[in-house]
Amino acid sequence: MENKLNSIKPASSEITPESIYFSRRDFLKTMGFVSAGVLLAACGPRKSTPVSTASDKSESASTEVPIFDEFGDPANSFQEITNYNNYYEFSTNKQAVARLSSEFKARPWTIEVRGLVNKPGIFEISDLLKFEQKERIYRMRCVEAWSMVIPWKGFELGDLLDKVEPQTSAKYVAFTTLLDEDQFPGQGSNFYPWPYSEGLRLDEAMHRLTILATGLYGKDLPNQNGAPLRLVVPWKYGFKSIKAITRISLVENKPPTMWNTIAPREYGFYSNVNPIVDHPRWSQTSERRIGEYGRRETMMFNGYETEVASLYSSMDLSLNY
Amino acid sequence: MSSRVLKFTPAQIVIHVCGWFPLFITLYQVLTGNLTANPIQAVEQRLGRVALYFLIASLACTPIVTLTGWREPIKRRRALGLYAFMYTSLHFMVFAGVDYGLDLPQLAKLTSEKPFILLGLTAGLIFFALAITSFKWWMRQMGKGWQNLHRTIYLAGIIVVIHFAMARKANIATLSGDIIQPLLIGILLAILLLLRIPVIRRLASGLRQKLNSL
Repeated sequence: MENKLNSIKPASSEITPESIYFSRRDFLKTMGFVSAGVLLAACGPRKSTPVSTASDKSESASTEVPIFDEFGDPANSFQEITNYNNYYEFSTNKQAVARLSSEFKARPWTIEVRGLVNKPGIFEISDLLKFEQKERIYRMRCVEAWSMVIPWKGFELGDLLDKVEPQTSAKYVAFTTLLDEDQFPGQGSNFYPWPYSEGLRLDEAMHRLTILATGLYGKDLPNQNGAPLRLVVPWKYGFKSIKAITRISLVENKPPTMWNTIAPREYGFYSNVNPIVDHPRWSQTSERRIGEYGRRETMMFNGYETEVASLYSSMDLSLNY
Repeated sequence: MSSRVLKFTPAQIVIHVCGWFPLFITLYQVLTGNLTANPIQAVEQRLGRVALYFLIASLACTPIVTLTGWREPIKRRRALGLYAFMYTSLHFMVFAGVDYGLDLPQLAKLTSEKPFILLGLTAGLIFFALAITSFKWWMRQMGKGWQNLHRTIYLAGIIVVIHFAMARKANIATLSGDIIQPLLIGILLAILLLLRIPVIRRLASGLRQKLNSL
């Protein structure tokens, strides 16, 4: 066990200081995302879809600047990130989502922000793209015990919330996915309380690690990853990161969330990645990083403990799972 | 030559082709890297699903005889059951050997803490006992006990469907979430088990004979 932990956590000298990993996006910006684009070419030559422009540029793309998280682990390929998707609105088959979502209309798109705010409003996706778009290389830990490293592009949810001015009575933020059975065949199933809904406590929503993603690998967000706008909360299990958001409501009471409604004992409102507080059916102590053969020990708060543990300092995490 | 080929009935050919096809296609996909971004889990789950299908097929043999009067399925039960055992073994080997890399302390912990794993293991042990006693020699040795032992397959069937349902992101109690496939398989299993209850079985075969005599 000791050995395994070591293989996950490099010596502290090897860990990129956070300031540097946050500024990697600047580096990528100056490169005009060329490196990311070329990297894509390495991953996706079999797929004709979003990488075609970059695909002629380099044969030896695998030697180009790779992207790493702050632990030094490489980002998963564009191919992996866009062909292994939990998106039950399209299918429960993770491989089929890419194909089934190819016709999804992510534009035009509006997001309504309402509830306990001084300045409610309906935003065009183009309005939201005016917030500072940042590159964030985050681990994504699925409750099914697999994980990826994903270079998102997006803006801090706090930027949007600041703009609408939450009232002091607002304690939670509720998110809702588009309800459209014509576009989302999965919403025809009566076994789920559609539309997908999620929620965060206001301080979680305002945390600077919480982003609304608008892209990945420097490109617009692919449909299968939640275009045009999805939540990313890297210290929580992946299902908290709701896709194709149409409505954000600031509310006083803890809002209902989809998986918590389906199985409250198994999917808590918080759903922080936590190897100690176990899922009743499946083990959460280890995970498989997509692309790796062995399993890794799962990290407390998915490795974001120093950034987010203070949010929960007064809480019993075994009760508030 | 042709007389040799004719020794296989169409049902036998179908069973043996279906028995080996999933294994070969999976091996091929492993070698060509065409098994999702998470191939270990994909293989593990597929082997489990195929085992379940063969288990259901073997449990369907007796009801098919009851409903149709076609008697051949009784002779094919053993082959179907052995394929179910083969895929269960492969499913277990991929789970323990590949997914968890034979990490025995971790596997012991999983088995003791997770009912989902314990149920799968229990069903696997039942299959193992039935598979090794599936030969005529054992049948003769065990006499009446053989039939009793082999009736535990009904229990194994129920356990496996629960194991399958628990593998999904679903709530079995409220039948919500990703439950449709386990639910359909569960209904099918229930019908196959109900058709074995003597009263129902007599009713069904009586009805068939009446229909035939019309």
